[in-house]
Amino acid sequence: MSGCADVTDNGAAISVTGIARDFEAGGQTLRVLHGIDLDVQAGQLTYLVGESGSGKTTLISIVAGILYPTEGCVRVFGTDIYSLSDRALVEFRLNTIGFIFQQYNLIPTIDAASNAAVPLIAQGMNREEATERGRTMLERLGIGDQAGKLPSQMSGGQQQRVAIARALVHEPKLVVCDEPTAALDAKSGRRVMDLLREVAVASDRSVIIVTHDNRIFDLADRILIMEDGRITHDGTDVPANER
Amino acid sequence: MIWIAIRMLTGDRQKFYGLVFGIAFSTLLITQQLTIFVNLLNRGATAVHNIATVDVWVMDPVSRTQDVVFPLPSTALDQVRSVPGVAWAVPHLRAGAAVRTPDGDLEGVTVVGVDDTTLIGLPRNLIAGTRDDLSVPSSVFVDDVGRTRLFPEDVDPIGARLELNDQRAVVRGIVDVDPSFTSQVVLYTRYSNALNYVPGTRNRLSFVLARAAPGVAPEELVRRIETQTGLKARTREDFAQDGVTFIIENTGIPINFGITVALGFIVGIAIVGLTFSLFIRDNIKQFGALKAIGVHNGKIRAMVAAQAGLVGLIGYGLGVLMATLFISIGGATSVDFKGFYTPWQIPLLTLLAVALIILGTGWVALRRVLKTEPAAVFR
Repeated sequence: MSGCADVTDNGAAISVTGIARDFEAGGQTLRVLHGIDLDVQAGQLTYLVGESGSGKTTLISIVAGILYPTEGCVRVFGTDIYSLSDRALVEFRLNTIGFIFQQYNLIPTIDAASNAAVPLIAQGMNREEATERGRTMLERLGIGDQAGKLPSQMSGGQQQRVAIARALVHEPKLVVCDEPTAALDAKSGRRVMDLLREVAVASDRSVIIVTHDNRIFDLADRILIMEDGRITHDGTDVPANER
Repeated sequence: MIWIAIRMLTGDRQKFYGLVFGIAFSTLLITQQLTIFVNLLNRGATAVHNIATVDVWVMDPVSRTQDVVFPLPSTALDQVRSVPGVAWAVPHLRAGAAVRTPDGDLEGVTVVGVDDTTLIGLPRNLIAGTRDDLSVPSSVFVDDVGRTRLFPEDVDPIGARLELNDQRAVVRGIVDVDPSFTSQVVLYTRYSNALNYVPGTRNRLSFVLARAAPGVAPEELVRRIETQTGLKARTREDFAQDGVTFIIENTGIPINFGITVALGFIVGIAIVGLTFSLFIRDNIKQFGALKAIGVHNGKIRAMVAAQAGLVGLIGYGLGVLMATLFISIGGATSVDFKGFYTPWQIPLLTLLAVALIILGTGWVALRRVLKTEPAAVFR
């Protein structure tokens, strides 16, 4: 059973204890995470690396509060997130977590500033004010001049920067990114990661990135490698045989 | 979030227009067909509606409507007049005849014989001529249908001669009335004239039209007439309803129009359902992302409801507008639609149908959105 009743809060930004996750497939129960323990400190840029099917996306989904674990405890900045009601968990995500998706998932029919402002609008902020803050965040990311454009009028790198602006505009404590450079060429990917590191990483914030883009491994503070639902490596670099 | 929902909807113009078209087309079809249906039914009672001063229609017990009538003996008039509570009673004749037009064509007509003295039975509004003109020998008044069907457009019917059942009739007026259910030409003439025009049978009196004396309710007068004379009497409202009921029970019109209305509903569901599903499918990632970001299901419901509501409102408005234009233009340009109107109940009924379409398709779309796991955006 999931829950943190028997787990002491160790003060880590993210504290994952004994997390397991099962999926039903073809009438069989498949365990994709096997009792993972993990602490992530604030101010760190953490990479979660692994082959497809290794469980990294499942783990980040659980940490981000969008997938219930079968067993274990998840604390995000001290909150036992899976003890919250459904509605409270949604509110927690809205206020505490920023998301960056591989395919950006921008709303195609609103401009970049409005896309960046979505979390603020969802929080109930006045649309004009939210859009203005979205525009400011775009300027910090170097695409202020693109604020009035629709996603379809922007390059992949620019769209990803809008997605980063959306993830950061409400100043979340945790930012989770799923393959943020997968759809970008090497140069754009590098620029996006430089920006992400520059803007997102802060002493009171934690950033976790799922990736298997070895071109950006050097930017990480910590790299976790996952295999078959287990963390098999935890360090500041990737072993030579994994590169 | 509602603003975002609306932009999501209107930004995809192809689907937005598709959705609006679906609702508008459905609304048009339902409203227009129901309007025509109701007005056609009402035409089963046109003759009754056209004579406003009569409280009670008296007829042979087997007569059913204004056009399904078994003649009475002329003595029936005196019988009715003798009933206490009758303020006045006049004879009324409706019978079929054949007219040879100035062009030589043959046209089936209904001859209506109105009371010689009072002209009760003659519709109130005249387009041409005066009521006194009907007193001139061989005079007939023609209705709108007759004006268009018996005469070329550039010919003034006033003064034109017709051969009515081998007798001369002169058109001296045009009556402003709604056409009958069959849209047959109606010629109005004095009762004594009408007796000459229609083929002779022993009994030719179709109805006795009676007015209740002050203080006597039409329903009470109906009871007294039926008790005292053995004839069938109906209040004006009941007899009008009889005409409508006759059409409902004896024609395929309700089924045909019902099928068209149902088709409008089904087509609406099909177009809107399909387009809305496509719209949701195309935006499912965005909805999933919103859910992951922290937009709760209540707001998602409100977003989909706003999208469906906007489409419904615009589509419904356009559909009703088109239906109204269709009926208005039709009424202004064709005698077939003369007097057609859209009762307020029809747009309301259509609104309910549109609401059902929107609720049904919106619910299906919403279900898909709500079932989308936020974690799906990471897969």
